[in-house]
Amino acid sequence: MHRRQFLTTATTGATLLAFPAVLRAQTKDPVRIGFPLPLTGTFAAIAADLQKGAQLAMDELNTKGGVMGRKIDVLFRDDELKPAVGAQRTKELIENQKVDFVVGGLAAHVQMAINEQSKAAKKLFISVSQSDEISAKPDTSPWTFHEALNPTITSRAMASYGIQNLGKKWWVVYADYAWGKQNNAVFTAAVAKLGGTVLGSTPYPLGKPEFSAHLPKIQAAKPDAIYAVTPGADNVPFLKQAISFGLKKDARIAQPLHFLYYTKEGGAEVFQDIYGATHFCHELAETLPQAKRYVEAFTKKFNQPPDAYSGYGYSGIMEVARGVELAKSTDSDAVANALRKNREYDHYKGKQWWRACDNKSFQDLWILKVRSPQQVKGEWGFFDVIGKVAANEELDRTCAEKGFV
Amino acid sequence: MIPAALRPVAAWVSAHPVASFIVFFAVFPFLVPYQSLATQVLIYGLFALGFNLLYGYTGLLSFGHAAYYGLGAYGAGIALAKLKLTSLWLALGVGLAAAVIGGALIGFFCLRRRGIYFAMLTLAFAQMLYFIAFHAADLTGGDDGLRGIPLHPLGLFGASVSLRTPLAFYFFAYAFVVLAVAALRRILDSPFGAVLQAIRENSDRAVACGYDINRIKLLSFVFSALFTGLAGSLDALRLTVVPVDSLYWTTSGQVVIMTLLGGAGAFFGPFVGAATFLILADRLSLFIEAWPLVIGLIFMAFVLFLPRGIWGTLVARGSAR
Amino acid sequence: MPDLPLQALAAQAFTGLVLGGIYVLMAIGLSLIFGLMTVVNFAHGSFYMLGAFIAFTVIGLTKSFWAALILAPLVVGALGFLVERFLIRRLYGRSPDDPLLLTFGLSLAMVEGAKLIWGKIGLQVDPPKQLAAAVDLGFMNFPVYRLFVIAVTAAVLVALWLFLAKTSVGLVIRAGSRDALMVRALGVDLNRVWLLVFGIGIAMAGLAGVLAGPMRGVYAEMGVEIIIDSFVIVVVGGMGSLAGAIVAGLLMGEIVSLTTFFAPKLAELIIFIVMAIVLLVRPSGLFGEAGLAE
Repeated sequence: MHRRQFLTTATTGATLLAFPAVLRAQTKDPVRIGFPLPLTGTFAAIAADLQKGAQLAMDELNTKGGVMGRKIDVLFRDDELKPAVGAQRTKELIENQKVDFVVGGLAAHVQMAINEQSKAAKKLFISVSQSDEISAKPDTSPWTFHEALNPTITSRAMASYGIQNLGKKWWVVYADYAWGKQNNAVFTAAVAKLGGTVLGSTPYPLGKPEFSAHLPKIQAAKPDAIYAVTPGADNVPFLKQAISFGLKKDARIAQPLHFLYYTKEGGAEVFQDIYGATHFCHELAETLPQAKRYVEAFTKKFNQPPDAYSGYGYSGIMEVARGVELAKSTDSDAVANALRKNREYDHYKGKQWWRACDNKSFQDLWILKVRSPQQVKGEWGFFDVIGKVAANEELDRTCAEKGFV
Repeated sequence: MIPAALRPVAAWVSAHPVASFIVFFAVFPFLVPYQSLATQVLIYGLFALGFNLLYGYTGLLSFGHAAYYGLGAYGAGIALAKLKLTSLWLALGVGLAAAVIGGALIGFFCLRRRGIYFAMLTLAFAQMLYFIAFHAADLTGGDDGLRGIPLHPLGLFGASVSLRTPLAFYFFAYAFVVLAVAALRRILDSPFGAVLQAIRENSDRAVACGYDINRIKLLSFVFSALFTGLAGSLDALRLTVVPVDSLYWTTSGQVVIMTLLGGAGAFFGPFVGAATFLILADRLSLFIEAWPLVIGLIFMAFVLFLPRGIWGTLVARGSAR
Repeated sequence: MPDLPLQALAAQAFTGLVLGGIYVLMAIGLSLIFGLMTVVNFAHGSFYMLGAFIAFTVIGLTKSFWAALILAPLVVGALGFLVERFLIRRLYGRSPDDPLLLTFGLSLAMVEGAKLIWGKIGLQVDPPKQLAAAVDLGFMNFPVYRLFVIAVTAAVLVALWLFLAKTSVGLVIRAGSRDALMVRALGVDLNRVWLLVFGIGIAMAGLAGVLAGPMRGVYAEMGVEIIIDSFVIVVVGGMGSLAGAIVAGLLMGEIVSLTTFFAPKLAELIIFIVMAIVLLVRPSGLFGEAGLAE
């Protein structure tokens, strides 16, 4: 291409991109919800699931006329799993798109950065991913709500199930960063409190899943079970190595959370008999009417069943809508107060409620075990629901422990 | 044809850099979709400006410039969030001091080597700082980042100016960046600046002419760290959070790309590159889910067709740099 | 049980050889390309990633890991030819930053392109049945597949050495990396040589990806994680030095593996510390020659 032609095209294109949208169709203004999430990057598959849940909520609400007669508009933005980008996108949503509320975030460090921006703008932010700090002082705020589970709840639940059903002697393998360390610390304390012991803990650098040298030592200690805090791309390599060392025969293996996508990626042969917790899986449709309705609506719209994170997206949007209806306003203070006053809700899988001091959502969670390859149902039926841990404020830190007087 | 029309503009801008900067960036926030984007361009432009002093003008490629950005950011952030200082001026001072000291120490070690080895040493030191920030969680917040940086009102001539609106913060940053741009222009126009460029062109010859190039390179390194650190400090105030990957090699890589895109060794190359990179990323991600693919292809096209970067190509035709 | 820490040490040291093998394959390609063409190939990690993905596809089509082992590096190498011929060649004679920027853009495009083609979820590649067992080495049960990786690396290195030392093309490559101007003056068409070098280097990256896939999984970001390590290793060994790439690759593989075991916090940082120490003691890396990269 001629250099000059290219320059012309490029300059024109760039100018078009840079100038603000001039016209926007003005009907009754929709209620805008900003939704930053990592559409690119290592968690793209989970983010896609999260997005679908939010989209389903938006469609269902709009079919019924929206809230207060106004449509709901969810604006998704790619935060690239980077805090600085998440912060920038949140600023764009608040300043440029004039969103009334923010829902989103898929990694702890990104949530924090999003939260800093929403706090500064005094906008309601429903955070939908794991973090112990976001619902505690000094990070939290009257407008910061935390819909998802956190390491404390997850690991206390797994410890309680594990001690009762899997054994008293444990070994923990964990990634050496905030989430991994929190899970390890909580699990170890919880196991001790319940009369078990953690024989040893093996930290490893996140992203370097090389366990061959550790596994003989773990085998020699003869734990009843292993707690594998090996997130993301480390999950499958750990399990494969454990299997190749025969560790899976000697001990039960449990992990904090199960994800449909990673299970599918690794396959039932690798994941079978692995225990893990979740706040939602599509198999719940067999026992819970709300879940059945949600799973059917999701599957109809997207031609695949929902995974755990879709539920967070769905519930997050639904809660914003519920708050707006209750407060009869899109002012974040009013909505936040309305949600605190009318704490209970149930959108897709059972009763949840907000705790008043820290705006933390409490919800049932379930213990899953992965089926063997022969038992897997269809393309997505990997999990057997084998236990339930009912929603309980004792699973999380107390208000005082989180810094509230 | 558009390029023909731009050329005299580019020539005028090159002849009056500081004035053009003041004028253009005074209206810039009203030209882009939202004001925080303008502030981001301003700050990353400054980051790239600092990098460009070392690379485009002195000829030293650094792969670890995130170190000074990070030192500036953490310095200012810790001063406000942990040391509980209430003066933004002091906080900025702490950030700048941290960046300058870091620049002096790291520069001292890295400048013992040249070329790609120098570049990799700068990377090594930046990664060491990343490691410290990641693990010293009590001081830096660790991998969750340094949060809760209070944006106090600015004490200005006795009055207390709130920086909480995007426009107010923009002009706060603008003031500093204008000073930095003016300072850089003075540096480059000075005899010191001439020697810097002589070093870039042919360092053996500069030695032969009797200059103490080691001292000069180190000075350039320190100035570069100063401008970069200022960008970091401003960004810490802008986001009220310092993510730990501010110090990671991907941040260093980003500023290299921005500078090359705009044109290394061209005065406004850094700003043009930063603006292009950030605005493209901001807008493209709205329309296309696979936007990194498009951006990657756009970069490749720029390299193939614009040998001196966008701004570099515009000014190179006919006018002096 | 015999002395466990010693056993663990031996086990991790052996694992280090495997990591070292992957590193060596990556570093040789990068070093060749830089040494001969002064091109900093930022897309090297993306070709590694591509090798793993293409292996997945070949296995899907042919049900044979061996077919993938041969075909995937060839396909990736062919892509390398195309990239050199139509993209990088246009940049010769220009600033040395230009290939850096170009290959950076290329790597962005390749990562996202891979997701478009193969989807966003990671993929599984299993080693062939013959290599799936573990063998008792006395101090640990070592997966046979990992021994295989070490063996393949060694075989490729021998083949490369034979190629460079015993063929006339190899002679030209070695001469060209010492003094490109002189070789040109002697009438040799360096363009074709560089095309070959680039292709070989890229093919080795692809091979590294094929070998790594069964151990680490196949996902689009796998190249981003290894590219910086690869650069560090090339620099430690000395830019343009093949012996350096081999020694540094194995050394770093060991150091990273042992650090991962004894001091996991340091694992990500240790290669940079080692590099800093090496460079401060030996200015051009272990085997590098002064003046080549300055």
